Parts: sequence; C-alpha cells; structure tokens
Amino acid sequence: MSERTVSLKVTRYRPGQDSTPTAQSYEVAYPDDWVVLDALNFIKDHVDGTLSFRWSCRMGVCGSCGMMVNGEPRLTCSAFLREFDSQEIRIEPLAHFPVIRDLVIDMSGFLDKLKSVSPWIIRDTEKDPSEGEYLQSPKQLDAYHPFTACINCLLCYSACPIFGLETDFIGPAALALAHRYNEDSRDQGSAARWNAINDHNGAWQCTFVGECSVVCPKSVDPAAAIQRLKVDTAKQWVRSVLLPWGQK
Amino acid sequence: MSMTVTHDILIVGGGGAGLRAAIAAAEHSAGLSIALVSKVYPMRSHTVSAEGGAAGVMREEDSLDQHARDTIFGSDFLADQDAVEALVQEAPRELIQLEHWGCPWSRDPDGRISVRAFGGMSVDRTLYASDKTGFHMLHSLFQTSLKYDNIVRYDECFVTSLLIDDGKVQGVAFVNLFSGRVQAIHAKVVIMCTGGCGRVFPFTTNAAIKTGDGMALAYRAGAPMKDMEFVQYHPTGLPGTGILITEASRGEGGWLCNKDGYRYLQDYGLGPPTETPVHRKMELGPRDILSRCFVQEDQKGRTFEGPHGSYVHLDLRHLGEKLIDQKLPFVRELTRNYVGIDPVVEPIPVRPVVHYMMGGIHTDIDAKTPLDGLYAAGEVACVSINGANRLGSNSLTECLVFGARAGRAAAEYALDQPAPATNPVEALASDEQRRLDAQFFRKEGGTENVADIREAMQQTMEEGAGIYRDEARMQQTCNDLRELRERFANIRIEDRNDIFNTERIGALELDYMLEVAEVIANSALLRRESRGSHTRTDHPERDDANFLKHSLAYRTETGPRIEYAPVSITRWQPEERKY
Amino acid sequence: MTRNRPDPSLLFHPRMPGNWWLRKRTYFLFIVREFTSVFIAAYLIVFLVQLYQLGNGPGAYQAFMGQFASPGWIGFHAVALAFAIYHSLTWFYTTSIVIPLRIGAMVAPRYVFTLLNVAVWLAVSAAILAIYLIW
Repeated sequence: MSERTVSLKVTRYRPGQDSTPTAQSYEVAYPDDWVVLDALNFIKDHVDGTLSFRWSCRMGVCGSCGMMVNGEPRLTCSAFLREFDSQEIRIEPLAHFPVIRDLVIDMSGFLDKLKSVSPWIIRDTEKDPSEGEYLQSPKQLDAYHPFTACINCLLCYSACPIFGLETDFIGPAALALAHRYNEDSRDQGSAARWNAINDHNGAWQCTFVGECSVVCPKSVDPAAAIQRLKVDTAKQWVRSVLLPWGQK
Repeated sequence: MSMTVTHDILIVGGGGAGLRAAIAAAEHSAGLSIALVSKVYPMRSHTVSAEGGAAGVMREEDSLDQHARDTIFGSDFLADQDAVEALVQEAPRELIQLEHWGCPWSRDPDGRISVRAFGGMSVDRTLYASDKTGFHMLHSLFQTSLKYDNIVRYDECFVTSLLIDDGKVQGVAFVNLFSGRVQAIHAKVVIMCTGGCGRVFPFTTNAAIKTGDGMALAYRAGAPMKDMEFVQYHPTGLPGTGILITEASRGEGGWLCNKDGYRYLQDYGLGPPTETPVHRKMELGPRDILSRCFVQEDQKGRTFEGPHGSYVHLDLRHLGEKLIDQKLPFVRELTRNYVGIDPVVEPIPVRPVVHYMMGGIHTDIDAKTPLDGLYAAGEVACVSINGANRLGSNSLTECLVFGARAGRAAAEYALDQPAPATNPVEALASDEQRRLDAQFFRKEGGTENVADIREAMQQTMEEGAGIYRDEARMQQTCNDLRELRERFANIRIEDRNDIFNTERIGALELDYMLEVAEVIANSALLRRESRGSHTRTDHPERDDANFLKHSLAYRTETGPRIEYAPVSITRWQPEERKY
Repeated sequence: MTRNRPDPSLLFHPRMPGNWWLRKRTYFLFIVREFTSVFIAAYLIVFLVQLYQLGNGPGAYQAFMGQFASPGWIGFHAVALAFAIYHSLTWFYTTSIVIPLRIGAMVAPRYVFTLLNVAVWLAVSAAILAIYLIW
C-alpha cells in the first residue's frame, strides 16, 4: 500500500502549565486506509505519549472521537487522511466547549442538559412487562425513529454559533432527543418536557442556522426537530390560553 | 483531606449490564444509594457496538425449552443448564421491560416486536432495533437511568483496585481522570460490569476500552476466572479494522462465498445450500464452526488475498436495496464509510475476528462471586450460559437478565449489611496512591514503550490462542507473556501532568491485559480437548470423560493455578454436537 | 446525576472570534437573514406612515407619495424588496422542514414543499396584481 506524509497540527493544552492552547506539529507517514484517529494513535504510541484525546469504538457509534478537523467538526474515526488535499491538517478540540486538556473537552454541561429534557418514557400508568409490549406500528415507529440515532458525539454543538455565543442553550442533540420522546407513541410526557423546551435556553434560542443537521454523522436532523418543537410548544401555549380548562 | 465517600452499592462499568444492575437496585429500594463508576461516559460503553439483536422467546411457535436447548447445544454442553434455564425464562420479561423503557425495537405490521433468525437458533427469536440493537439498548438504559435520583455517577474514573477489609469487598479505589488523584468509594457491595477483553488480541471487533479491567481486578483480589480459554471469533469482520458486520446480515439471508463465488460452508457439513436461509444450516451455523471453516478454506487456497490478510465475501446483493436499507442500514453505512463498498452492488470482504469472551469472573446464578461482597454480570462474568461457544444474540439478553439479577441480589445483600462504624477504606486508598505513584505516575527511568509491549502481547496471543491451537504454540505464548510481564516492570511513562493523563491509563490497561492474557493462555494449555471455540489440532476430539468441567484460574505469584469445577446438567445430556 | 466534574479553574474557555460569521457560507447567509429583519421593520414603519398620510386626506397622501420617486427611496424599496424575498424564501424552506410533506408512505424531498410554497406565493401575488389592474 502506498504511503504518503502529512503534517498534523494538533492543539495542545496542558492545564496548570499552559494559560492558552498552543499548536504542535507531527509528521506522519500513512497508508491509504488510515483515518485521522489512526494518525493520532500512531503519535500517541510511537511519537509523543503525552498527547491526550478520547476514542473507543473506531466505527462511528460510540461518539467519543469528535474533533475539529481543518475547522470542521468530524468523527476522527471516519475522517480519512486521503480526503484532505492539504499538506497540513489542523486537529483541534470540538469548538465552543471548555477544554480539559489537549483534544479533550468538558462535556459535563451536555449531560446536565440531556437530563433537563427528561429523556425517558413518561406514562400516566405503567404496564407490567408480564402484560406484554406496547403495540407500535411501523408507521408510529418511523415518526420518531430518525431522532433516536443520536450518538451524543456533540458535533452539532460545535457547528452551532448560537451555542458558541450562549453556552446555556440546551442545544441541538438534547432538544432532538426531547422531540424523539414527544413523538414516541408510547410516551405521554410532552407536557412534562414543555417547561424545559419552552425555556429561554430551550427551543426558542435556536435561530435556525441549520448547520447542526449538516454536520450530524447520523443524519439525525436536529434542526428540523427544534423547529417542530417550536410549533408544538406554540400550539400547546395557544391551547393553554384558549382552553385553560382543557389543561391537566 | 478526605476524598472518601460512601454508597450502599457500587457498580463498576456503565454498559448494558451495569446500567441494568443500577436500575434494578434503584427500583428495589429507593433508600439505597448506588454509585456507578465508569472509565467512560456510559453511552460510550461497548454495548453500543452490538448490532444484530437480543434473543428471547416471544412467539407461540417458540418455547423456553427450545431456546435453552439451542443455547446448551451451541455451548458444546459446557453451559450450566440451571443458569441457561434462568436466562431463557427471564429473557422475555427483560426484553419487554426494555420496550417499556423506550427501546425502539423494529416492529411487525401488527405492532408487535419483530424477531429475526440468528446463528445456531432453531426459530426466529432475535429481537432487533434495525441493526443497531446494542446502541439502542444502551441509550435507552442510560436515558432511563437518568430519572433515578439514587443513582450517582462517577464518570471517567478508572478503577485500580478493589478494597478488601475484614474478608469482604468494601469498595474501590480509582484514578479520577479529571484530577489524576486516587480516590476511594466505600460500598457495602460491588458489582463488576466492565465487559470483556478483546483488546488482548490484535484483530478484534472490540472497542479500545475492552481491556479486561474488571476481570483483572477481581482476579487480583482472589476471585477465580472461569473458562477463560474460550474466545469467540466472529466469522464476519472487516479486514484491517476488525469492524463487525452483524450476523443479522446472514440471518436476513446473506451468503458466505469463497474466491470462486462458491458457498463453501456446504463442504463442511453445514449444507445443503438453499436460496433462503434455513435455521442452523449454512450461514446460520454457529460462530465457532463458521470461523474454523474459514481457516480450512484459507488453507485450501480458496480465499482472497488482501493487504490485511485473506478474506472471503459476504454477499448481500440478492437481498436488494430495500431490505438492506430497512433491516441492515448500519451494515451499509459501515461498509460505505470504512471500505468504500456498497453491499447493494458489491460483496463485502470479511474474515474471522476476535469478538467475545465466553469466560469471565466465576459467578453463581445470582451473579455472586466467591468473594464476599462482589457480584459480576455481563461479559466480564461467567455464569455460565455460554459454555464453550456463545450463540449470537444471547449476550445482550445476558446483560439484561443477569444485570438485573445482580442488581437485585446486591440490593438484598446491602440491606443486610450493618453500617460500618468507621470507614475502613480510607487507609487503603492512600496505600493505593503510593503504589500507583511508585509503579506508574511518578515512576523514574524505564525504557520500555507501552505500545511495543501491547503489540507483542497481541501478536503472541494470536499465534498461541487463536482459532486453532496446539501445545507447543500455547506453551510459547505462556512463556512470552511471562517475559512481557518482566518487560512491563520497566515501562517508561513520560507524561507528568495529572489531568486527563491517558498515557497512565494506557499503562494500567496493559497491566490488566497482561494479567488476563496469561489466564487465557494457561487455561487453554491445560484443556487437552477440543470443545466449542477451543480447538486443538493435537486434541481434536471433545473429551467429556476428562473435560466436561469448568476451568477455574486462581492467581498466584508464579502464574495462574488452574482448578476444575463440575458443569450443572439438568435436563439435556451431552450428545455429539452436529448441525 | 454525575458527581464527577473537571476543576473549572483549570479549564480553557474558548471565545468566539468577532468575525465568526465570515468563516462559513452558511453562517454568513444566516447573519444576512437576521439582518434582513432590520429592513423589513424599516419598511413596515414607512408603510404605517403611508397609511397615516392616507388618513390625512388625498393631498397629504399625494405629497408623501411624491417623495418616493427620489432615487434614495427607490433604492430603499429595492433593497427592502430583495431582503423581503430572501427572508420569505428561507421561511418557505423552514416550513418544509417543520412540516414534512407526505405522499402516501413516502416523505417528499424538501425542495418540493419549498417550491410548492413559492408557487402558492406567486399565485397569490399574481391574483392581487390582477385584482389591482382590473380595478
């Protein structure tokens, strides 16, 4: 297999030592089938063991290895080096997030946001499993299924300038998940999620740039989910004003 | 300054089994405080990569006895039959429970959960969520776990030892990746749910995090490791990366063809080949047999040669674009993204790849290990329902059934334990900090590169503990591993920054892998028969008279000491395993 | 609930550069769309004044309308019209996302719904124009 060489310009940030991140370049010779993550692992194993980054499944489903590659949020396990024409590839931590170290971002804020939308099935009455499954037609499944594909890789947050400006914005992935549960025929919890979605930091914070859906590696389309949430919350609001007695 | 906190139950690992155990314990009693410690955020756990489905009896034409028999037969009669009966009996309830928690199972037109065919199963009984079943199970469990306020997570904390006091497991010590500091959590009971150790081999479907952490932790604390010689090769991984191409692709009707386009499995007693799939035949044979067929076909020179070794073709073209998009969309996504092949128009190159450990920490049917205060569930444990060969789609079910059992049993155990008068783990934690500083974190000198030792270990494991094994090569592997252990004492760690120091974690993981690799190789060496996935060219027959028993490895300073324990046989007497 | 978080004092907090909206075409188009609101609002104010003048009698109205012939006002109206069209088109596109158009079991591509919106818009505009001309 033919080998080519590329220079990876990698962001380094050593907490306690550096006040701001710096860039460090590594020359890597690579075979045709290497992805950016392979190059980073080569560096880690054989060139510089002090470089830190997250990765695990290397098949685009665990969501760990998102980084900015030449300024675009990508899963590095599926970003082939051969895609890039440039002699130099910039590798930076996912944009807009606080950086813990090197390419490792702080995602604890995202986990709080995830919980804030109550991403679980909410029901008025639970059915015991011994009584069997809740029936759900393939059509009912299709209604929410695309929004179940989110791997929480956070690329959408890095693509969203609103999140960059307002870091309290619940953001694309968590809102898409709220929509996913609202649309699930087994769920009865949309009223319980209303406050979080309708909050100042909820769906209305979104001004529909649309980049979240462009960068999503799983075609989740959070932009669409959020616009639909806006319509739903607006409808719910109108209903609560016009038919206050109809509300629980 | 005290860094020690206390919980009733502590679970190590946030994958399918760990999350299920946490929810089971949380539901058992709202008064219990449950800690979930994981080296990654739970949704990164390797359960996420499981594709094909989860088995359970859901239909009138199926029966618990059939599921049990298929599983026991598939295990080459090494599974404990009482455990298998518990598995098949509780599987339907667990799978429906998961449905109630939001898992987007694929559906039939009438709204019921769909089932599909899987290798070694005599009926369609594998529930699936397209071909991302593990992903959907994990996210459903994780999201559901968020609603329990008594589940407290410690994300990105790497456990370095079990704390034992008064003859009982009383908590864990871990490195907090965010600070680099060693902390301890005291708990009345610990449940180990860290999954397998595929990364001891060079070519595996397993994620980078599958380094046998829990196995090594329990083994070092004195728990025996059961049946570790049984390593499952999955017949269809992508050459080079080892990315899994699900068995469901064969369940839906895919064909395995050699370089002449010939469905070679018919030459190995799995025929006759039919247009549509027949249960337990041809491509729906069990994984151990299919992997051996590949090696034999390769030896006959009838496989393709590629840059990453020989391979055969998995042909899905005749299934058509519609079915592939509907039932195998992830297969299409993976092959397009990673090898530039569209299975609608081209066959997929595949070869056998290390996938799953049948063995693990010895537990009883309630997930209890011989160590007081330690439970285990999922791939890290060996109950055993998988014996010498696991059937595809039984492992996700195992995570649910035995995860739940572990959670409930540990909850009962914790409720029976008195609150400790003093916190016993405080001193042990500072001992652990000193040990880690000396051996790893502040280690001076050292010349060996961690990655070099890891690669040497993986190489010798493939040579000595692969699909076909023999005495001489296994002995060589055992010797190599001892030597690598010595080299490991001389490793070099350059990174002195405490925050998110992955060089240290990589070294600690290799420490665990060397431990587990040695158990695999030594257990294999002493099992002088062929059974399930353990195939010896020097002992090609199954030997029930001498080896219808579990091997149990105990740690000693000079290496594993292997003992044996009987197999539980209830209603299915051993017979020849022929498909 | 997660108990483990990084020490906030050791984190590096990135800041958005001032020119972030020039770095990507989509960001730029987004900012333009936001900016169009200014002109649409300005046009609305002009329109309200126009209505007010209509209430002040034919003389006042004619005098007010006379100013519109100046190049400045024509320019303003041209820009406001262009931005209004841009804004409307992006709105039509947004609607296609919020309301997926189903034909049987299939969801139609988004541009179909966008084009449908545009078609309805043109038809209504044509109808208004026709009514005006016939009147």
